[in-house]
Amino acid sequence: MKRYDFSGYRRENGRIGIRNHVVILPLDDLSNAAAEAVANNIKGTLAIPHAYGRLQFGEDLELHFRTLIGTGSNPNVAACVVIGIEPSWTGRVVDGIAKTGKPVIGFAIEGNGDISTIASASRKAHEYMQWASEKQRETCSIQELFVSTKCGESDTTSGLASCPTVGNLIDKLDPLGATTCFGETSELTGAEVVCSSRAASPDVKKHFMQAFDAYQAVIDQHKTSDLSESQPTKGNIAGGLTTIEEKAFGNLQKIGRKTKFIDVLKPAEAPAKGPGLYYMDTSSAAAECVTLQAAAGFVVHLFPTGQGNVIGNPIEPVIKLTANPKTARTMSEHIDLDVSGILRREMTLDEAGDRLIDIMIRTCNGRLTCAETLGHREFVLTKLYQSA
Amino acid sequence: MTTHFIVHDKADSVGVVVVEDLKPGMDVTGWIMETNETISLKSLEAVPLGHKIALQPLAKGDTVVKYGNDIGRIVADVAKGNHVHVHNLKTKRW
Repeated sequence: MKRYDFSGYRRENGRIGIRNHVVILPLDDLSNAAAEAVANNIKGTLAIPHAYGRLQFGEDLELHFRTLIGTGSNPNVAACVVIGIEPSWTGRVVDGIAKTGKPVIGFAIEGNGDISTIASASRKAHEYMQWASEKQRETCSIQELFVSTKCGESDTTSGLASCPTVGNLIDKLDPLGATTCFGETSELTGAEVVCSSRAASPDVKKHFMQAFDAYQAVIDQHKTSDLSESQPTKGNIAGGLTTIEEKAFGNLQKIGRKTKFIDVLKPAEAPAKGPGLYYMDTSSAAAECVTLQAAAGFVVHLFPTGQGNVIGNPIEPVIKLTANPKTARTMSEHIDLDVSGILRREMTLDEAGDRLIDIMIRTCNGRLTCAETLGHREFVLTKLYQSA
Repeated sequence: MTTHFIVHDKADSVGVVVVEDLKPGMDVTGWIMETNETISLKSLEAVPLGHKIALQPLAKGDTVVKYGNDIGRIVADVAKGNHVHVHNLKTKRW
C-alpha cells in the first residue's frame, strides 16, 4: 500500500466509489411516495426524494436531468431504480445512468398505479441489493479519488483555520493527481479577482469571470438591502463575519496557496480534463452545492464550518471540520475533525492538513461520517427559473 | 502565553479574537500569521470569539484591510481596540 491509498469499489466504467448504495431515484415530486415505499420494503436501499421534475423547460430542465443522471451515475451508487410518473422522461434518466454500465431500470406509474409499481420496483431493488451486497472493496490510489469542498455557516475561524486546512490538503493532493472541486460563485464576491488569478490559463480565467458576472447579474436583478440578510447569513454575522468580501476571502482559503484550477464546470457537469482542481458554478447554499458536486461524480466532500452547519448528502459522505472551539465543544456529534488547536497555536496548518487527509482516507475506507450516523441526507436540486 | 487575537497579513487593519472572554481594558496579544510577529494593544470593549478588533484608528470612509485585501468601508469612526462589525463596517458591493 502506498501512502494515501484507500479501499474503494471499482465500478463498471472504472470509476471508484467509497460507498455501495442501491438508490431508488424518483424522476419527479409525484414519484417520491413510491420511491420511499420501495426503500421501506427493501432494507438497505436508499430513496432520494426531491421537490421537482414537472413542467421544467430549457436549461432548467437540462440541469434537472444532468443532476438526476449524475446522482445515479455517481460511483458511490452500485445500482439504481428510477421511478417516474410517465415512461418517457423516466427512460431518459435510465438511459443516462446506463452509460456507466451499472445496473439500472425504470418504472412508470401512469397506467399502473402506485401499488403495482411499488411491487415491480421492489422486486428489482431486492435483486440489486443482494447483488450489490457481494461487491468487494479493492486498493485504489489517490489519483482515482474525486474530492469536493464547500464551507457553511462560516465565521472568521473558517478563514483563519478550517478553510486553510482544506487548502493545505488540496495543495498536497493536487500534485499527486487527485481530482478536486470548489464552487460557490456568489461567495467569491470581493475575492473574484484574486480567485481569477488562480486560473490555470487565460481561457479558464475568462470562463470563470463570465460565470461570476452572470451570477452577479442575477443578484443585481433581485437584490434587496444587505441581500435580505442572506449574504452574509445571520449565522455568519453572529460568528463575526461582517461583509461578503470578508466571507469571500475566507472561502477562497479552501483552494490552498498554490493550486490552480484547470476548468470551469457548469452546475452538475462532470470533470473531463483529467486530474486537477475544478471550479463549478454553483449556488452558495450548502445542500444545493453538495448535491451538484455529487451529481458531477465527486465521492467525498470536505466541509469546513464555523458556527456549525449540520449538512450531509445521501450519496456523498460529508466530512465536517471546524476551528471554532465553541462549536467543537457544543456540537461535537457533528464535527469529524476539530482543528481549533490552530487558533491556540497548538497545531500547525501542515499538521491539520495531514489530519484531514487521514480522516478523509478513513472515511473512504468505510468509516461513517457524523452526518451519515445522524442521518443527514440533504438532497436539494438547483432550480434556475420558474416552471412553465 | 495566550494569543487573544490573530491577524492574517501584516497590512491588515483588524485582527480576529480567538478567545471566548475578551473584556474591555485588557492588555491583549496578537499573532500576525504572515510574518509570525507578536503585537499587543489594549481592548476598549468586549469582543466576542471570532469578531474583529481594530489594530489602528479608522475614520468614516476608510477601507478595512483583512487578508491583505479590501473587505469594506468604515461607516462610523473606530478607535484602536474597538470592536469592528456590522455597526461600523459595510460592504462596498451589492
